[in-house]
Amino acid sequence: MKKKILALSMATVLAMSMFTGCGSSAENKGSKDTLVLGGIGPITGEAAIYGQAVKNGAQLAVDEINEAGGVNGMKLKFTFQDDECDSEKAVNAYNKVKDSGAKVIIGATTSGCSIAVSEKTQADKMFQLTPSGSAADCVKYDNVFRVCFNDPNQGVASAQYISKNKIGQKIAIIYDSSDVYSTGIYEKFVSEAKNQNLEVVTEQAFTKDTNTDFSVQIQKIQESGADLVFLPIYYQQAAKILSQADKAGLKVKYFGCDGLDGLINQLDTDVALANGVMLLTPFAPDAKDEKTQAFVSAYKEKYNNETPVQFAADAYDAVYAVKAALEEAGVDDGTISISDLCDKLTSAMTKIEVEGVTGNITWSADGEPTKEPKGMVIEDGSYKALD
Amino acid sequence: MNSFISYLISGISLGSIYALIALGYTMVYGIAKMLNFAHGDVIMVGGYAVFLSISSLNCPVWLSIIIGIVVCTVLGVVIERVAYKPLRNASSLSVLITAIGVSYLLQNLALNILGSNARTFKSVVSLKTIEINSQLKISGEAVVTIIVTVVIMVALTLFINKTKAGMAMQAVSEDKGAAQLMGINVNKTISIVFAIGSGLAAVAGILLCSTFTQVSPYTGSMPGIKAFIAAVFGGIGSIPGAMIGGILLGIIENLSKAYISTQVADAIVFASLIIVLILKPTGLLGKKINEKV
Amino acid sequence: MNKSNKVKTSTKQCLVTLTMVIIFFVICNIMVMNGVMGSLFEGLLIPMCYYIILAISLNLTVGILGELSLGHAGFMCVGAYSGAIFSILTKEVIKSDFERYALALLIGGICAGLFGVIIGFSVLRLRGDYLAIVTLAFGEITYKLIQNCYLIKDKNGLHFSFSQPVNPQKYDLDSKVEILKGAMPVSDVPKTATLISSVVLVLITVVVMYNLIDSRAGRAFKAVRDNSIAAESIGININKYKLIVFFVSAFFAGMSGTMFSHYQTLDSSKFNFNVSILILVFVVLGGLGSIRGSIIATIILYALPELLRDFYSYRMIAYAIILIAMMILTNNEKCIYMRERIVSKLFKKNKVSKDA
Repeated sequence: MKKKILALSMATVLAMSMFTGCGSSAENKGSKDTLVLGGIGPITGEAAIYGQAVKNGAQLAVDEINEAGGVNGMKLKFTFQDDECDSEKAVNAYNKVKDSGAKVIIGATTSGCSIAVSEKTQADKMFQLTPSGSAADCVKYDNVFRVCFNDPNQGVASAQYISKNKIGQKIAIIYDSSDVYSTGIYEKFVSEAKNQNLEVVTEQAFTKDTNTDFSVQIQKIQESGADLVFLPIYYQQAAKILSQADKAGLKVKYFGCDGLDGLINQLDTDVALANGVMLLTPFAPDAKDEKTQAFVSAYKEKYNNETPVQFAADAYDAVYAVKAALEEAGVDDGTISISDLCDKLTSAMTKIEVEGVTGNITWSADGEPTKEPKGMVIEDGSYKALD
Repeated sequence: MNSFISYLISGISLGSIYALIALGYTMVYGIAKMLNFAHGDVIMVGGYAVFLSISSLNCPVWLSIIIGIVVCTVLGVVIERVAYKPLRNASSLSVLITAIGVSYLLQNLALNILGSNARTFKSVVSLKTIEINSQLKISGEAVVTIIVTVVIMVALTLFINKTKAGMAMQAVSEDKGAAQLMGINVNKTISIVFAIGSGLAAVAGILLCSTFTQVSPYTGSMPGIKAFIAAVFGGIGSIPGAMIGGILLGIIENLSKAYISTQVADAIVFASLIIVLILKPTGLLGKKINEKV
Repeated sequence: MNKSNKVKTSTKQCLVTLTMVIIFFVICNIMVMNGVMGSLFEGLLIPMCYYIILAISLNLTVGILGELSLGHAGFMCVGAYSGAIFSILTKEVIKSDFERYALALLIGGICAGLFGVIIGFSVLRLRGDYLAIVTLAFGEITYKLIQNCYLIKDKNGLHFSFSQPVNPQKYDLDSKVEILKGAMPVSDVPKTATLISSVVLVLITVVVMYNLIDSRAGRAFKAVRDNSIAAESIGININKYKLIVFFVSAFFAGMSGTMFSHYQTLDSSKFNFNVSILILVFVVLGGLGSIRGSIIATIILYALPELLRDFYSYRMIAYAIILIAMMILTNNEKCIYMRERIVSKLFKKNKVSKDA
């Protein structure tokens, strides 16, 4: 009896909340002077920093654009949903932003979730621009574009860069075998390294569940006699590797990709450990150009003096890219249907050029951005160009 | 040969952290007969408490450690009173689920209040790396961890066997009802157990964060599961078992990473657990439970 | 005379449950077709189906057999991947979506079932928490091993590699079809899961479970749960029945895994410990041994965090607190006592009967 009452009361709660979910589908038509952008990313869970960065960067851009008068007379509205870095939840997040009236998706933040969401946006014919989904499969469908580099590209570019600038000859790699980003770069790096006559002396993996203790990997690298360690990983793990390697007395050069951005702040007082670390990145928070400086100071002011990382910069550029595409396509009516908007934006993307904080970007029809990664080296807690 | 010893040493130092955490698990299980899944997250709280008192409150290191231990002890007792005591007579499955709820709660509170960024934790150990020869090095943190774990294990064993409170704990673990009839305050005893277990968690948290130089809301989660496995490995409820289980687990993990593969090291650790349990169903040092009809 | 009465009761229960499920999904479907329901809830319907099947199958192990299994996600993983691989390989060979999907479901279920038997063998000597740990270990091993598998098919056949991507020299670039790519998600599975087929599978599961529980085997399971020594002394072969339970439970879990892989992108990190715990929570809160309870609990608990999305990250804190509160309310003697008093006051009935 009690279970029945409990069940009935919960069912009533559920039913009521179901209807709150329903009501919003009426808003789907939208209003003429507002266009809703939907963001998807993890703001809870272990990847929460990345989703939070994307959310903040995009929101900053949306606010700036609205303050400057909007796009073609429309104001932008940004709604963000948590995907907990889980592909199933990402689809739920997509449905929720769709219910909230979103007509363009800025997301998802991680590759796995991006791919899952792209299955649905392709079916619904909604334009999707992922700021940071870097696996090759993310832009499989025509309606998906990306702002960041793709992983194979970075792997190849890294190998070429190292070889061209003779940074190292015997390369060791530490990569995350349970992570899409890391394995994507690693695989292409290894195959390109063969072409570039670089000798990969050891490949050490770690997984999400063993990403704290690197003593074995570091020791193997010491034994292999490598002079350069390639780190296609994210900055949190890189920080641990640097400090553990230092304790173990390993003296090598380090080279990484855009995932290393944020290393300086992560290391905090131990930032001297990062001296000499090189990376290929399109965004550097202490670049001296005006655009970057404006972005960084606006971000710091809005978000508690936090320095923006790659993800935030990519999301910021994503929103501006959408703005440019909207202007190019001449969209000025917020009640436009999702698929019409998708068609217009898809063709506009190949015509625009965006001067973003992550570089001057143009897009090709397969969704890939064409921008050059910059080689940087970290010295005394800031980036210096490596050329 | 040198590299083997080196792997062995780093395995032992990793394992001693697991052992320290496992001691807390095993104590609580042995006496309160419950699996406290929130233990790993109490570790995280301890780490953050020390981090915040060093960085925000600018306390000296020794004071921060004490603050951390006090915070965790209080937290442990509060959790026990609020979440586990009402379920003392319920099935162990219900308590397990509640413990999981507490674990989620702690993780998400930390996430909301402190942010998802991992913070760099400056090691509280001031002992420098010991160099045996040019290839063998033991870090200061590893030495301290091993010593602390051994000391705590000895202290706990003495406490359980020689003091009145310790014997009360043994009585409660054998038969709660009879213990109560003998005049033992069961509530107080169980609270003491949780207090000690959580205090140990704080120490484990401090050493864990010092060794790996980072603290985040999810720091405690994986080490918690591994330590739980270690406790079962060695026989849950047995204090020397937890120590042996932890160290063995660390060694197996490291040697698997070194000689087999880093990608499947985890799977190998779990597989070794399965094999041990098939051969010895109650763990290495576990007591054989005779079922009475 | 008693025997026929008993059979009728459980058949009645089964029919009631089936009707509830059907009505629920019919209502949802009507709402979807009329556009009344938001796409969020619509997108939750098929996942709800496979979570319901997972909960029911776990309930068989935990509620009926009485053994705590913490590795249920591992069965789901095996089923998902075997069904997915089969579907990708036969994409050209079997043109009919329906046939291919049905076969994939069977294959997914059987592979997972066999895996369940293997686990069952390993845990025959273990009791209680030790059994739980071993199932946990198996669950973790499964998805970690799969994360390291690479499988490529080309005109020369299948190429498999472990821990390393398949050497490009080994396969023919033009005709290659990448099936498993290590940690990368597998998205080439034909997406053939529909709401109707999912609901049908739920109904099949319910029917099978009710019949299993009320059969001779079911009574044996419950005997093992209640007192395994007494059961053994009567002559019940405990090992045989334990293995049956593991097989059936894993079969249905594998089937739901196949449903999952044919609905959305297959990501191996999805099958971790947290999912096993999630399903366990559904089962415990729904009531051990109660199939209807599992269904209701799954629907409510799965939908609730999604529908509370408006509260951003506080919803996880709220979920945790609700979970703890619910466990205390349903298990603490004082709370149960207070509830009974309130209920009896509200309904002014003479409380003679036992609980539902």
